[in-house]
Amino acid sequence: MSRPAHQRPAYHKINKDLFVLTYGALVAQLCKDYEKDEDVNQYLDKMGYGIGTRLVEDFLARSCVGRCHSYSEITDIIAQVAFKMYLGITPSVTCNNSSRNEFSLILDKNPLVEFVEELPAGRSSLCYCNLLCGIIRGALEMVHLAADVTFLQDRLKGDSVTEIGITFLKKREEKKYRRKK
Amino acid sequence: MADEALFLLLHNEMVSGVYKSAEQGEVENGRCITKLENMGFRVGQGLIERINTVLLLVNLFRFTKDTARFKDELDIMKFICKDFWTTVFKKQIDNLRTNHQGIYVLQDNKFRLLTQMSAGKQYLEHASKYLAFTCGLIRGGLSNLGIKSIVTAEVSSMPACKFQVMIQKL
Repeated sequence: MSRPAHQRPAYHKINKDLFVLTYGALVAQLCKDYEKDEDVNQYLDKMGYGIGTRLVEDFLARSCVGRCHSYSEITDIIAQVAFKMYLGITPSVTCNNSSRNEFSLILDKNPLVEFVEELPAGRSSLCYCNLLCGIIRGALEMVHLAADVTFLQDRLKGDSVTEIGITFLKKREEKKYRRKK
Repeated sequence: MADEALFLLLHNEMVSGVYKSAEQGEVENGRCITKLENMGFRVGQGLIERINTVLLLVNLFRFTKDTARFKDELDIMKFICKDFWTTVFKKQIDNLRTNHQGIYVLQDNKFRLLTQMSAGKQYLEHASKYLAFTCGLIRGGLSNLGIKSIVTAEVSSMPACKFQVMIQKL
């Protein structure tokens, strides 16, 4: 079957759908397996964590980012480099407190929900994209940063935007850098 | 976009997640394979819908009297081996064989979901877990193209594997 060259780029678009469709099938299966929304949310977060711990290696290899010196720099890189690389979107970043360890990523476009019109009936507290929170948390932990990552707002739940909150927790003590006297 | 890495990682987490929450035993293994296969089925159907939508938009100006895209079953299998496989795994199926009586064997010598796992016989007993989703993917794709089938996979030496498609005559 010969086909004109301009049809080939069309297939690239569909390749992106593979991840989105697979994620949708996964959430649907989890909704069948678990009755409570919190269980599904937790499972997605754990799964995301596993993915994040490995994804960060792929990210660092591809992006060659330098060393970061502040939480806000890290959050900017997550939003402008990592999200762009893997999901093709650039969320905007806001800082939520004066001690500069709480940030928000505001997603006005979310490719994960491209084929989702609304949450299934009886699933009103399902955090459909909770995988993303786990991924960010797992990735940060691999670079020795502890953080709490949750959804603060979700368009699927009726909010006006989708907002992911990242709270950087106190750094763990680096025991190996302590000098023995 | 580097989302192949994302899909690979998601797929692997799905496989280990399904098996973690199951117990040991033949029956449980079968259930896990079925779960993964069913998820693949849904995704395969969705992908064909997307391909149809995208091609429809691209082809609007090219419609002729005969708008059927595929002449016959073999044409559909060739589509799966070339376009569908390239869309999902960025390469074509390396070898397609058929007995012209409804059985097709698709051979991929460097199957993307296995290349990171091993090169040879190591972990062979786990390979089937990582093929279940793709079997469902093929079955789902064919289903939306009007073909009912049973798809199984076998691996003798990673990362090469064979998918066997048995067309079910209705």
